[in-house]
Amino acid sequence: MDIVVCVKRVPLTEEVDLVIDAQKKGVKKDQLAFVLNDWDNYAIEEAILLKEKHDGTVTAITVGNEDDEEVLRRCLAMGADRAIRVEAGDISKFDSFGIVKILSGVVKDLPRDLVFTGVLADDDSYGMIGMMMAEELNLNHSCMVTAIELEDGKVRTTSELEGGLGEVSIVYLPALITIQTGINEPRYVSILGIRKAAKKELKVMDLAELGISDEELAPRAIIEEVYLPPETEGAQMLTGDPDKIAGDFVEILTKKGVME
Amino acid sequence: MSDIFVIVEHRLGEIRDITFEMLWKAGELAENLSHSVTAVLLGHEVSSIAEDLSDRADQLIIYDDERLKNFDADLYKEIIAGLIEETKPPLILIGSTSWGMELAPCLSIKTGLPLATDCIDIMSEHGRFMAQRQMYNGKIFANVSFAETPGCLITIRSGVFPKDKIGDRQAQKVQKDFPLADIKPGKAFVEFVETAAGDVDITQADLLVSVGRGIGEEENIALIKELAEALNGVVSCSRPIVDKNWLPKYLQVGTSGKSVSPKVYIAIGISGAFQHLAGTSGAGTIIAVNKDPKAPIFRTAHYGIVDDLFKIVPVLKDKILEAKKG
Repeated sequence: MDIVVCVKRVPLTEEVDLVIDAQKKGVKKDQLAFVLNDWDNYAIEEAILLKEKHDGTVTAITVGNEDDEEVLRRCLAMGADRAIRVEAGDISKFDSFGIVKILSGVVKDLPRDLVFTGVLADDDSYGMIGMMMAEELNLNHSCMVTAIELEDGKVRTTSELEGGLGEVSIVYLPALITIQTGINEPRYVSILGIRKAAKKELKVMDLAELGISDEELAPRAIIEEVYLPPETEGAQMLTGDPDKIAGDFVEILTKKGVME
Repeated sequence: MSDIFVIVEHRLGEIRDITFEMLWKAGELAENLSHSVTAVLLGHEVSSIAEDLSDRADQLIIYDDERLKNFDADLYKEIIAGLIEETKPPLILIGSTSWGMELAPCLSIKTGLPLATDCIDIMSEHGRFMAQRQMYNGKIFANVSFAETPGCLITIRSGVFPKDKIGDRQAQKVQKDFPLADIKPGKAFVEFVETAAGDVDITQADLLVSVGRGIGEEENIALIKELAEALNGVVSCSRPIVDKNWLPKYLQVGTSGKSVSPKVYIAIGISGAFQHLAGTSGAGTIIAVNKDPKAPIFRTAHYGIVDDLFKIVPVLKDKILEAKKG
């Protein structure tokens, strides 16, 4: 069972004031901390769990600059066998379509029974890389998956639908599966673990090596402008010392008839 | 006159709300641009669905075939790609739903048409479409335009447009034959399963005390349970809490969980991802506690408390107990 997992390094933006960059095409990132995209963390864990049960290999891939290798090191420390980074500089110049071209260029030459991506990335939240790759590589697919069982030459997946409904399917291998959060409990990675994994293979490829030209990567969906959310009336804030806030809070609950 | 296409989403014989929401937006755009609206319906034994759509579009293209009984993204993709090739619509709308998330990217690659996903509005400038969407969990908005192609694909977030009728329409029905030969299915439908069944029904509660990622550690959930107990309320939660197995799925509020309608919804340490807020639109009053004043939850909540939940929640609890005693 050879599994390829595509991962992305994303900024942490909760409890952070985001600042729009000068070109109004994105946010300033120099002050932000970065992590492995949450969905991808579940995807790499799922691949490693399958490998532990059924043998095989796990390869983690990312597209980006040297800083982005940090998430590959983490994947290696979790148990991936090898990692590949495609040197592409700052990836914000590509749209999802471009990233798919690059990832597909790598994956097509790798042994793979399964390819995993996260359902979406926490930063731009497009959620289209996985299914675009499935089409590009002509792989069978299952989307937003919360459970995987390997059977002979196929996998049984549960896809998350709306309203607490799941859809169980049989998908024939090779297949691409987008992994939803909560599918497993991703293992803890220590600094020591990352240091130990430093001797595992991390290959760097460039676009020329993949035979991909700039024209092929021209974006089709173009960000014209980013901006802060339009002002809304928003919540009425309860302010003052905690005792005053709590008093106001109880008053609201009383008025709404839930203080029985 | 060209056609704006809306791909009809339905499940277990029922039209999904997103279909009506897309048809509303398509209708609005069509009126401004002198376009017409075409609904595209794939399924099996769909005559009652077709009937319910008859005054929502100018044209209804129907593929009714046993092989389309269950949603299959590959079959949908092949059939719709053929239809796009034949009719060249300038805009195709698909739901940003579980099914749309599988279908739209495949269709984009297959047809070569650009795609913007999870959009909350569509604008038209100089005959070209532009989509508005959110990034960074709603903290940033973006306008996305499309390369010069014969058309574009946009997936629409659930709940952002009205479900109402717009304009006077009478759909001309066009029945099409199943156009594909030699299908080799890569995937087979097995069954639907209920993943959120449980002992407590949060949809019936008058008061929900809901907890999110901000709670930090599993043992801290006790704090929320104590507050709920003091209020005779019911505990619910956002997705990250279920993902970590700290609370069961049947307590989850949001798109993939339950839609709730309590008199009061108290959201503690919940940033307010739209998937969560989609489940709270029926709540009478929302009170949010979060230490990030920029958290999207404060855009939706009626009342807000910007504070460290670990400091303020015990004070709230004491005040409630005091008030109940007095």
